[in-house]
Amino acid sequence: MENSVAYDKDLNMKDTELRLGLPGTEKNEKEETTLSVKVSNKRPMIESSKDNGSKTSDEEAPPSKAKIVGWPPIRSYRKNSLQEAEASGIYVKVSLDGAPYLRKIDLRIYGGYAQLLKALENMFKLTIGDYSEKEGYKGSDYEPTYEDKDGDWMLVGDVPWDMFVTSCKRLRIMKGSEARGV
Amino acid sequence: MMCKSKKKKDSKHETNFMNSSSAFPDEVLERVLSMVKSRKDRSSVSLVCKEWYNAERWSRKNVFIGNCYSVTPEILTRRFPNIRSVTLKGKPRFSDFNLVPANWGADIHPWLVVFAEKYPFLEELKLKRMFVTDESLEFLAFSFPNFKALSLLSCDGFSTDGLAAVATYCKNLTELDIQENGIDDKNGNWLSCFPESFTSLEVLNFANLNNDVNFDALEKLVGRCKSLKTLKVNKSITLEQLQRLLVRAPQLCELGTGSFSQELTCQQHSELKRAFNNCKSLHTLSGLWVASTQYLEVLYPACTNLTFLNFSYAPLDSEDLSKLLVHCPNLRRLWVVDTVEDKGLEAVGTYCPLLEELRVFPADPFDEGVAHGVTESGFIAVSEGCRKLHYVLYFCRQMTNAAVATVVQNCPDFTHFRLCIMTPGQPDYLTDEPMDEAFGAVVKNCTKLQRLAVSGSLTDLTFEYIGRHAKNLETLSVAFAGSSDWGMQCVLYGCPKLRKLEIRDSPFGNAALFSGLGKYESMRSLWMSDCKVTMNGCRFVAQERPRLNVEVINEEGGDDSRAERVYIYRSVAGPRRDAPPFVLTL
Repeated sequence: MENSVAYDKDLNMKDTELRLGLPGTEKNEKEETTLSVKVSNKRPMIESSKDNGSKTSDEEAPPSKAKIVGWPPIRSYRKNSLQEAEASGIYVKVSLDGAPYLRKIDLRIYGGYAQLLKALENMFKLTIGDYSEKEGYKGSDYEPTYEDKDGDWMLVGDVPWDMFVTSCKRLRIMKGSEARGV
Repeated sequence: MMCKSKKKKDSKHETNFMNSSSAFPDEVLERVLSMVKSRKDRSSVSLVCKEWYNAERWSRKNVFIGNCYSVTPEILTRRFPNIRSVTLKGKPRFSDFNLVPANWGADIHPWLVVFAEKYPFLEELKLKRMFVTDESLEFLAFSFPNFKALSLLSCDGFSTDGLAAVATYCKNLTELDIQENGIDDKNGNWLSCFPESFTSLEVLNFANLNNDVNFDALEKLVGRCKSLKTLKVNKSITLEQLQRLLVRAPQLCELGTGSFSQELTCQQHSELKRAFNNCKSLHTLSGLWVASTQYLEVLYPACTNLTFLNFSYAPLDSEDLSKLLVHCPNLRRLWVVDTVEDKGLEAVGTYCPLLEELRVFPADPFDEGVAHGVTESGFIAVSEGCRKLHYVLYFCRQMTNAAVATVVQNCPDFTHFRLCIMTPGQPDYLTDEPMDEAFGAVVKNCTKLQRLAVSGSLTDLTFEYIGRHAKNLETLSVAFAGSSDWGMQCVLYGCPKLRKLEIRDSPFGNAALFSGLGKYESMRSLWMSDCKVTMNGCRFVAQERPRLNVEVINEEGGDDSRAERVYIYRSVAGPRRDAPPFVLTL
């Protein structure tokens, strides 16, 4: 029974792949830890790529179940509309270390960092604390970070809002000791 | 006063000899019958006797054709000479989900050609899942001088050029309703084609066009059409532009906003508030493609009389929805995206006790890793607060038998129950059992059930329940369900009112197919795709029932003996003469 489809060409297969690993762990590529040593304003961060446990099964995890034509039963119009919204909005995935599901948000609807952080706090029911340029986020176990266009992981708040919105590819709220990246 | 002598009318009537027992002259009978509006009643009327059949056909003004291939335009126009309004549905419903190849058919053009000759006074055309070209739209615009209302839903084949033709030439147009179509938006100035002298528009819906329209033309159009009651704009219209439109049309009853997320100055913000404040007649609200939280509050004053809120393209969160719903106590119908989550649905249950219809659409149907929308607890919450609920469409990633049982106990009046558990074949996530008992509860409790869509892991037991209890069921949709032929047989034997049966990816084969031989002529259609039916099985049905069209769509290079997609429907038109090569009529 031929059930694979062509309509998902526009979707990033990797992003939509059902994996066994927790979000926030490094993906299947066996990349080593990298230090961001580019000369820039970027705060150097140690990426933690080796979360233990489920990592090995991650690489072997079978791909998501075959995409099925016409399922779930959404009208083509709506499906195209969703995909266009993806393209035209500034949708980024947000992962919280330890949470089983990712979230998606549209950065366009926030006026600035304050609104964004408040939204994240509401979404995940946690406190993020206050940002300081020197010390990052004090007063909480959580630190919001993001991956920028260059693939570097940055602390949310380091760059002006407008620059952030155009360069942010995805968000990750780091937890606990990993959050102390400096 | 009974008039025994028959008044012979002019030559348009066939000679008709009245029985002495029949007391009404034709005109009176026709006059009386013209007040019969319901389709079913009209059908019954036409069966009483030959005289009534004739009176009914002469007085009929609207006709509804649920399957465009069940009849030809010639047969239609011969029977009903005075039609003003035609509703036509074309492709099988699963074509909405890409299960029917392009160029399958359902072309409106041959109908228009006949209508141009036989129904020159045609006023209204409502099409669903039909193939409509620009050429056809132009032909329409030229052929019917009295044409008033055009509604296109889920159609394809046309572009904004076709709309331009309608705008230019339909001088008496009152309604242009373009919904969810596969339209080629050429970004032309179709809106500007409405002449300056044109003022009759009452309904304008172009919400689903993607490109910008000429705002100046739109503003002027809205300004001069004083009877405009429905205006649904597309997402290119900004908040500022919306405000200007509202100021010109405070009488609107139905509004579809554009994008709801612009940066407004304080003054613009308060002007917008005032504009909404002045819309005292709004009962339907939709749109909000990208809704910025801070501006939702401008809607609040307009919400008091809202009965229908269509936020199915507005990914609101639970907080935004709750805050809004506080102001909507009269809501009857609500369409939302599952970004509102269970918490949002709790608000629905709390603030909207009069709710009758709820539809929850998935924000990320194809993205498994992303947060999971609504669950069984949201469903229960709505059912507890909204006891009048009778229509539900619910997309979710998890469900339990117990939850569904609770829901239908709270709301036994369901007429439409469409539950879509998005992973095929998924069991009750708490007990790991099939979802049979859920749907069993639905059909046992909801005796008025007309439409049912099932999902999740289902054995034949579900269908036993359906066959045993769903005595008013007319439409059934099945996907990835059942264990054997017996399941489908239960439904075919047990549901006397079944009209539409659509099945995909289920283990029903020829034996099941044959069980319906005595039934298919009383149904509109049967669709079976990726089941176990074979070509020989279909041939047998075609042979046994010459009044059915048995059509098979097979992919190139498929297994010749398997019938991948089968579409069987009753027809007085005989086999299709316009079938493309991939549609085999047996």
